[in-house]
Amino acid sequence: MKTIIKMKTIKFLALLFISILTFSSCSNDDNESENEEELITDVIYTLTDGTSSIVMTYTDPDGQGGAVGTYTVVGTLSANSTYTGSIRLENSTENPVENVTEEIEEEKDEHEFFYGNTAGLTITKTDVDSNGYPVGLSTSIATGAAGSGTINIVLKHMPSKPNDGTAAGAGGSTDFDVTFNVTVQ
Amino acid sequence: MKKSFFFCVFVWSFINTNAQECNYTFKGQITDFHDKTPIIGASVYIKNINKYAVSDDQGNFVINNLCKGKLIIEVQHIACETKLFSLTLNKNTFKKIVLEHHLKELNEVIVKGSSKTDQTSIEKSIKKTVLENFTDKSLGDALTTISGVSSLNTGNSIVKPMIHGLHSSRLLLINNNVRLFDQEWGDEHAPNIDINSSDRIDVIKGASSLKYGSDAIGGLILIKAKKYALLDSLFGKTIFSMNSNGYGGNVNTEIVKTYTSGHYAKLQMNYKVFGDFKTPDYYLTNTGINSKNASFRAGYNGFDKGYDIYYSFVQNEFGILKSSHIGNVNDLVLAINNTEPMIIEDFSYTIGYPKQRITHHLGKIELYKELEGLGKLSLQYDFQINRRKEFDLRRGDLSNTPVIDLRLFTTSIQPDLIISSFENLKLNIGLNGRYQQNNAMSGTGVRPLIPDFDKFDFGAYSIASYSLNENSEISMGLRYDYALIKAKKWYNRTDWQDIYNYDELFPEFETDIVDGIQILTKPEFSINNISASLGFVKKFENKFSLLLNYGLVNRVPNPSEFFSDGLHHSAARIELGSLTMTKETANKLIVSLEKKDVDFGFEISPYYKYISNFIQLIPTGIRTSIRGAFPVWEYQQTNAVIFGVDIDLNKKITNKLSYNGNFSVLKGTNTRDNIPLIHMPAANFSNSLAYFNEDLNQLSISLGQKTILQQKRYPNYNFYTFNSMIQENSFVDISSTPPTYSLFNFNASAVFRGFSGGDVKLELNVENLFNRKYREHLNRLRYFADEMGRNINLKIKINY
Repeated sequence: MKTIIKMKTIKFLALLFISILTFSSCSNDDNESENEEELITDVIYTLTDGTSSIVMTYTDPDGQGGAVGTYTVVGTLSANSTYTGSIRLENSTENPVENVTEEIEEEKDEHEFFYGNTAGLTITKTDVDSNGYPVGLSTSIATGAAGSGTINIVLKHMPSKPNDGTAAGAGGSTDFDVTFNVTVQ
Repeated sequence: MKKSFFFCVFVWSFINTNAQECNYTFKGQITDFHDKTPIIGASVYIKNINKYAVSDDQGNFVINNLCKGKLIIEVQHIACETKLFSLTLNKNTFKKIVLEHHLKELNEVIVKGSSKTDQTSIEKSIKKTVLENFTDKSLGDALTTISGVSSLNTGNSIVKPMIHGLHSSRLLLINNNVRLFDQEWGDEHAPNIDINSSDRIDVIKGASSLKYGSDAIGGLILIKAKKYALLDSLFGKTIFSMNSNGYGGNVNTEIVKTYTSGHYAKLQMNYKVFGDFKTPDYYLTNTGINSKNASFRAGYNGFDKGYDIYYSFVQNEFGILKSSHIGNVNDLVLAINNTEPMIIEDFSYTIGYPKQRITHHLGKIELYKELEGLGKLSLQYDFQINRRKEFDLRRGDLSNTPVIDLRLFTTSIQPDLIISSFENLKLNIGLNGRYQQNNAMSGTGVRPLIPDFDKFDFGAYSIASYSLNENSEISMGLRYDYALIKAKKWYNRTDWQDIYNYDELFPEFETDIVDGIQILTKPEFSINNISASLGFVKKFENKFSLLLNYGLVNRVPNPSEFFSDGLHHSAARIELGSLTMTKETANKLIVSLEKKDVDFGFEISPYYKYISNFIQLIPTGIRTSIRGAFPVWEYQQTNAVIFGVDIDLNKKITNKLSYNGNFSVLKGTNTRDNIPLIHMPAANFSNSLAYFNEDLNQLSISLGQKTILQQKRYPNYNFYTFNSMIQENSFVDISSTPPTYSLFNFNASAVFRGFSGGDVKLELNVENLFNRKYREHLNRLRYFADEMGRNINLKIKINY
């Protein structure tokens, strides 16, 4: 009996020893950092009426945490005009810079942009997903009288579709939420 | 006079010169420790002279013709723990011997009374019969039947036990004598234990059992395996459970083989599946469960030596309410303001994202040997592998990639010696060495919340129990621990330098390795601890007893308290640990006045805990990023006081009708800021009335009620945030607590004789009988949805 126990024990301990070795040996694998994927560092919203263009950029090159992002708006909108808007999302922590817009394009059904403003603009989404619901990668902007205010752009993942057209009413989770100051002259 | 004097001298010299004159008698009576009934057929064996006797139907035994001198006596009974003691014989001696029922007889013939882990400890047990009612639930659910135990939930399947408001690494979970290590440090990480693999669970509220660790500030949960009698037998049990809520259930089967030689083997398997659960009004979309568990045990339970091998495998997949996946604080405000979740779909068994998938392997081998005239020496080796994957709703190619992927490997070795050869003193000394390795698997595309680390632990303990007399015992324990943590973590350079100021505090942790915006650091910590415990029990007449436990307990900060640094998607909050954390030290005092009796019994147990450098995770502000604003939750240290009382009551009303009730209340205060502590359980009470008729197929009918009062004492961490979507400030009410609720449940069961010696038990349970709609403040998903509605459950238990 004793020897049987001993044998079993020894075998078992040997097995355990091997398992420890296997587990320990695959540690210390990498000195590489985990790059934050799925990240959006740059939001670029470009408005154009054929002759002039306005470029609004939000950039946070070190991503979540670290330094806060910065906003820049180049150009001013003209009163009582119509612009075509297009939005571009990038992840600049990748090399080469990742174009996130393409991913949204591929998953249109699960995403929607919401545009709000306090500058007297009318922003209309001009594209639709496979079910015919708005997406907001391309937009049409009609300006009113001169003045100033903000444009708020929110990208929602998994919003309820159809919805009431507001970010607040659509649910889902927010992928980004940026607000630009704009002037209409 | 003179004559008799001479006679005495003569006798004295006779004895002195003829010490081998062997005509002493050792008599005794063996009784049950709990109900004082005589134990029949116990063997009394005098090891050093190889003599023995068996107790008669009065529990009496006699051994004649003994010589003067020291006797080493071993008392054994099939259903009891073996008792070893020594006695110096210099006259005819009578001794009362009490034995503890420990080994249960085969085929579930329940032996009256139950043994305690430690005579002086304040503890409560859940027996197998009760555990079987929770066959398709979690460990945490079963534990909440004990007064003073509550749970911190994420939805209804991720249930984290809490003792006196303390959880996570402040509770020690011991599964089959192995301390469980499974990333218990997150609020939404439930212990990976299959409740069906256990035979009994003890919850030790007091400070004893330093054997298992020094950090049981909340308490200790001991999950115990069964000891088998020395019989040639093969038996098994299968339980089927079906539920109306979640349209799911569980099948658990176990088969045991035992031999008269002392060998035994047990195999247990369990499969559980549930679809979406339902509140009274709607389905909780994506809350299904899929769980597969198995355990195997084999061993040899000899008189002087033995071994036990145990292996268990647990795999759980939990769906997490789809609507709880939110982006930023505005989404949270929306969820709080909506009375129903944003996403309600039809019933489904599909477990989509977000979800958790966890596998846990645990293996151990224990060897023991009874050392003659000394006690019991044992050696245990164990290992555990825990793999945790958390999936979130992600974009593009990443949708099937987990956001958290951690593998924790733990192995430990523990030699232990119990010295029981002294008459009134029992000594337990031992060592414990442990190595732990956490591996944050690469490829998640997210900076890991918990980094890679290696942890080395060394502990040495010594516990002495001394019987002052037949009715009182005192125990004292001392433990020393050393812990060394070596981690490897990438920090955002701006955070490292400007936000945390670590470049000045911990320049020694920095390396030269920089990758873009990140810097590699190697934090290292070593911590020494001294812990102590003191226990006292005094038994009075009429089954009254008084217990007193004091403990000095130390806890090393866990990895999430040190290293958390980033966005926790599932919680929509940024969680920040700190490398400046120091150990938590608690002084706890708990007293219990008990009357253990089936006719009328009670237990009143007040407690007081002072915890210095108490680590808590609390909201401290708002941080804005591209995703919008997020509340920042920081691990901070403060001083805390938690005191309260647990009361249990049982009364036999008639022969067939009995009442049970319990009440718990506690008050937790952050004494540094003089505000209540966060996430403290509210006062609660329960009552149940049970009818039991042994003669009528063991018919049992019971009606229970549990009320959880509204927690009115909570810290107010509510705040305002600018909501760009609606262009105004919105109020973020993350602190207010839901109102009081009462739940009722009904249970009926009966046992039917089945085939050859086996039996079948049918059981009907109705939980949340009145389909009450409620929310619980200790559920992390309470902002999003109601709790479960009515559930009708049918169980079929087959013993064979």
